[in-house]
Amino acid sequence: MNAKDHVAAARAKDRPTAAKYIKGIFDEFTELHGDRCFGDDPAMVGGVARLGQSYVTVIAQEKGTTTRERAGRNFGSAHPEGYRKALRLMKQAEKFGRPVITFVDTAGAFCGIGAEERGQGQAIASNLMEMMMLRVPVLAIFIGEGGSGGALGIAVADQVWMLENAFYSVISPEGCASILWKDPARAAEAAECLKLTAEDLTDLSVAEQIISEHEGNFEKTFAFLKEAIGSFIAEKQQIPVEELLRERYDKFRKIQ
Amino acid sequence: MIKGLFKKPKNDLEPSVAGRIDKPAEVNIPHELCTVCPGCKKSVFSSDLQENDCVCPNCGKHLRLNTRQRIHMIADPDSFREFWADMSGSDPLGFPDYEEKLRAAELASREAESVVTGTVRIGKNPAALFVMEPAFMMGSMGTVTGEKITRLFEYATEKGLPVVGFTASGGARMQEGMLSLMQMAKTSGAVKRFSDAGGFYLAVLTDPTTGGVTASFAMEADVIAAEPDALICFAGPRVIEQTIRQKLPPGLGRAESLLKNGFIDKIVPRREQKKFIARMLRAHRKD
Ligand SMILES: [Zn+2]
Repeated sequence: MNAKDHVAAARAKDRPTAAKYIKGIFDEFTELHGDRCFGDDPAMVGGVARLGQSYVTVIAQEKGTTTRERAGRNFGSAHPEGYRKALRLMKQAEKFGRPVITFVDTAGAFCGIGAEERGQGQAIASNLMEMMMLRVPVLAIFIGEGGSGGALGIAVADQVWMLENAFYSVISPEGCASILWKDPARAAEAAECLKLTAEDLTDLSVAEQIISEHEGNFEKTFAFLKEAIGSFIAEKQQIPVEELLRERYDKFRKIQ
Repeated sequence: MIKGLFKKPKNDLEPSVAGRIDKPAEVNIPHELCTVCPGCKKSVFSSDLQENDCVCPNCGKHLRLNTRQRIHMIADPDSFREFWADMSGSDPLGFPDYEEKLRAAELASREAESVVTGTVRIGKNPAALFVMEPAFMMGSMGTVTGEKITRLFEYATEKGLPVVGFTASGGARMQEGMLSLMQMAKTSGAVKRFSDAGGFYLAVLTDPTTGGVTASFAMEADVIAAEPDALICFAGPRVIEQTIRQKLPPGLGRAESLLKNGFIDKIVPRREQKKFIARMLRAHRKD
């Protein structure tokens, strides 16, 4: 498969969105709303979930499934209040010692007037700083599109896992092609150059694990993730917090 | 890796890389006698512009200033010591035409990368300093940019120095792919550790500060100043217009609207910057 095929698969309309993962992996989930500053962003979902005996905080970018729902969720592109809701819930997780599991699936943070006026850059920057030193284990799972800073805004984690067709890129292939070559039609070529696939990114130490999609049988993927997340939590909770934070810092620090 | 393959053109004002000093390099100065100000469209003498720190004497428009001129403007004489001056960009992904672009950027800016780092005294106050160079690929953040800024915050944490930073950036550098996006997390981690250790960080956002730099260390300072009319945004006006297909309100993304919306502390014109920075550094001195 070429990079462009992975990009197409990651964006496919019938691909499961975060809601399916949450339902398929966790034993219960209670959604919590609002950033306590401005509003509640439906593109960013968060809440408390139970996995067997343990509780975790889940943060997810949700694209929606029906046309109406997709529009209502702004196709998974969050506003600043979405990033602030995510941070509020992550700080809550820290307070109660719950690990944080994020599901990343966004074309990018929303680019619009309100987003700028309410500080999209400041909201993401704040998440990057705070997530780096969040005193609980953090796991980011890329399930579809990983659009630049909008993805990173909930992905400063101890580990990054990527579904086999998920991608993670500094810029969309179309954006890259139109800026560099003034030709959005060369997106396939740009996708190749950007090294955005799960395989590329594990090679570059940006991601730690590739998750099989079992040829579209996502129930198997959910079952695998249920086990794998459980093991991740058990393993990371053994590590003293200061060491966990040092390892998280070093994971990003060594990328040069 | 091809790090250091393209030797940085020697600036004849700089005696050596290690002992670099803060004299202005007259490289971005237009050779023509007159410059047309993009603000008021009037023709101004280039010499007048230079004497006025590249601020238009007619309308006060702040034109882009290169790194060395900026350091000269705020540093106490002979106080700047440059760190990691030799670090230059490499092409980690083998991206088409990137090596040529790096070489062209070096020639255009006479800098080895898009940020200059070191230590300085400003009004007798010691500080760690970074200044981004808009003439180097529009100040875009590659791995070397991120590494130098991270090292500076780590150095300042260790030495108990405050950090003063001038940002100017088109965002993360796409030719280094995800490695450049990761610099947002890396620099933010370094700022966070520095901040948790009690360090004082003052940022001056200059035109343009956008994308991944706005969404990381530009917005993470304790005190955020900006130059008048500087474009400071996450997404640029053109991207927004393409996304929402409507005309933007005037002033969106400009320093004045960020001040009004509560995202920066103060707009400080160039001629007042040294005094302002010195005052803030003094207010946060620990000795
Ligand atoms: Zn003018």
